[in-house]
Amino acid sequence: METQTIKNTKKSTKTTERISGSEAIVRCLIEEGVKILYGYPGGAIMPVYDELYKYQDKIHHVLTRHEQGATHSAQGYARISGNVGVAMATSGPGATNLITGIADAQIDSTPMVCITGQVSSHLLGSDAFQETDIVGISTPVTKWNCQVTRASQIPEAIAKAFYIAKSGRPGPVLVDITKDAQFEEFDFLYEKCTKVRSYVPIPKTDIKSVEAAAKLINEAKKPFVVWGQGIILSEAEEALKAVIEKAGIPAAWTILGASAIPTSHPLNVGMVGMHGNYAPNVLTNECDVLIAIGMRFDDRVTGKLDEYATQAKVIHFEIDPSEVDKNVKSDVAVLGDAKASLELILPLINENSHTEWHQNFKDLYAIEYEKVIKGDLYPTKEGLTMGEVLKEINIQSKGEAAIVSDVGQHQMIACRYAEFNQTKSNITSGGLGTMGFGLPAAIGAKMAAPEREVVSISGDGGYQMTIQELGTIFQQKAAVKIVVLNNDFLGMVRQWQQLFFDKRYASTEMVNPNFVAIAEGYYIKARKVTKREDLAEAVAEMMASKEAYFLEVCVEKEGNVFPMVPSGASVSDIRLE
Amino acid sequence: MNTEKQLFAISVYTENNIGLLNRISAIFQRRHINIESINSSPSEIEGISKFTIVVSMTEVNIKKIIGQIEKQVEVIKAYYHDLDEVIYQISGLFKIKSELLFEERQIQNIIKESNARIVTVNKDFFVLEKSGKKEEIVALYNQLSIFGIMQYTRSGLIAVTKEEMKISTLLETYNN
Ligand SMILES: Cc1ncc(C[n+]2csc(CCOP(=O)(O)OP(=O)(O)O)c2C)c(N)n1
Repeated sequence: METQTIKNTKKSTKTTERISGSEAIVRCLIEEGVKILYGYPGGAIMPVYDELYKYQDKIHHVLTRHEQGATHSAQGYARISGNVGVAMATSGPGATNLITGIADAQIDSTPMVCITGQVSSHLLGSDAFQETDIVGISTPVTKWNCQVTRASQIPEAIAKAFYIAKSGRPGPVLVDITKDAQFEEFDFLYEKCTKVRSYVPIPKTDIKSVEAAAKLINEAKKPFVVWGQGIILSEAEEALKAVIEKAGIPAAWTILGASAIPTSHPLNVGMVGMHGNYAPNVLTNECDVLIAIGMRFDDRVTGKLDEYATQAKVIHFEIDPSEVDKNVKSDVAVLGDAKASLELILPLINENSHTEWHQNFKDLYAIEYEKVIKGDLYPTKEGLTMGEVLKEINIQSKGEAAIVSDVGQHQMIACRYAEFNQTKSNITSGGLGTMGFGLPAAIGAKMAAPEREVVSISGDGGYQMTIQELGTIFQQKAAVKIVVLNNDFLGMVRQWQQLFFDKRYASTEMVNPNFVAIAEGYYIKARKVTKREDLAEAVAEMMASKEAYFLEVCVEKEGNVFPMVPSGASVSDIRLE
Repeated sequence: MNTEKQLFAISVYTENNIGLLNRISAIFQRRHINIESINSSPSEIEGISKFTIVVSMTEVNIKKIIGQIEKQVEVIKAYYHDLDEVIYQISGLFKIKSELLFEERQIQNIIKESNARIVTVNKDFFVLEKSGKKEEIVALYNQLSIFGIMQYTRSGLIAVTKEEMKISTLLETYNN
């Protein structure tokens, strides 16, 4: 017989306890080690909030000012800690407000569990008050989701949710729980999930692929590593360092890979992609072996695909088999966890230094320095540059701060110039490019790592998309440092209008409010800087503050971010001006 | 690898969970791929469903699609096959006025020659059923439409492979 029936049940010997579904939800979260969750109450989730009141000493609920803020805070929490972030909302509008953050977490592989309340099961599908089909809506942007209509299904659903969110390539998961299931009593028993039939979080590594990769690396004259967030997610920082140091390979990072290896490391040659560094972009099209690790060849990284590294043999270290050959065809694919694979390959690769090849990076860096970096960091023109603000933050934080950026020019400047001494220090919205991400994500980051300095950097546009989270900062006494680089423009869009739409600045100029007054309205200490002479002192004051601090820096209105690979161009056609 | 578009049958073994159809069809929708036919039913294994999806696309892209499908948590395994690697059937139903059955000699011949089956007859209409390849059903449709068809519908393609699909073995490895 070709197939046979297999049952997938197991019996437990543990004793149970009779409690309500809503209490079970809270107890499940506690069992999963959740100490903080972000959310917003409402009718369909009220029984759970009532239980949270009872369990206040075990689990801290952060009332954000908008459900989008809850998801971004949960993301910030997850990104700096490596743990699952948790967000909660009521049905209908509460649930739909989570979607942006869920989509962001999905594309950036961030582990997150969202719990939503739902109307009672007898009302499902009837367009009841505050009913939306959140499972349907969130399906394309979740790693997994489910709806629970009976209390007895809650423990298994939540256990599965945490396991799936965290394991393999992480991602967001949503569990929607009807109100009657929250009220219903049942015999509670919690068992953590350790596997789900049909789900293979980490594909098996084929040792032959590791050997083939080692052979290519050993034969390479001009090897080049591009690493992504996979390094951080699998905690492969040391393993990566060992490999590139042994084989002497220059290594560049994607935006989400930033901070995995210190900025000052001699083999760290900078960022790839649209606003990445000159040398790694140009030399992508000159290397003979391209070693991609924990990255997925996003189009912002590759530019024009049919002119991307066509001369190179490509080795792809990847946990998600569906990413292999999706955008760039690999010669050798090493499936598996990045850390484990790098540890396997380390003994197989030869020591090398590739000094001449390195010189190519240095030469191109010198060109970029002259044309771009010098002017950004040491400007002589009148207006303040975003770059010099970053430089000042680097100096004052000694490269120890976690930088949480929003989306736009300031984000690219932050990622290009922030100096990172430790991993998990760059928190930004990479794949979705979500304006409004920065401020709430910084709250989550600070709460996950209170001992760390967390600096949020936003533009005047994105800041106003989630500005209400100043209320959360105030209420939670979250000591985040908030920097707004104000150019009175939606700068990044304006840059494109300048370069590609004949300077027709359609709806990108912003008439801004008194940001200092707004921060002060939330009882947050605030300062505005308009002159270069005041910058260093203001940044020092901000960094010295024990509490939250708001700093607005008025920067030049029409500053641009270079280098730039224009969209659709090849990475070697990167523009310096 | 063939770079021309062609018809493929995709077999997807999944857990029997609500919502999976949505997840799977969304993968095609996002890439603007029109599904020719889709069938979902229990499989030979208790609690495991099987989807059979027919699409026209290139082999390079179908491999990517299979990867995306397999990535879904509750999908056990997905395969794609050339149509000649599977044994498949489509079923067509034709509802026709009863009087034609008695008045048009030709119709009786068509029924006989096409190996169609009469499912039911009453005083107003009769229903024909024909299983086979799509072309056979279309051919029957063309023959009958001359006389007038009251209703016509065709099922999705269902298939079993010539090769073995080792789902049980796979499930065993999952269970251990
Ligand atoms: C939610 C959202 N809407 C629109 C965009 C498109 N967008 C990308 S960058 C940008 C401008 C950002 O302006 P600002 O926040 O002032 O930052 P700057 O570029 O000036 O540093 C816009 C509108 C986006 N990324 N996200």
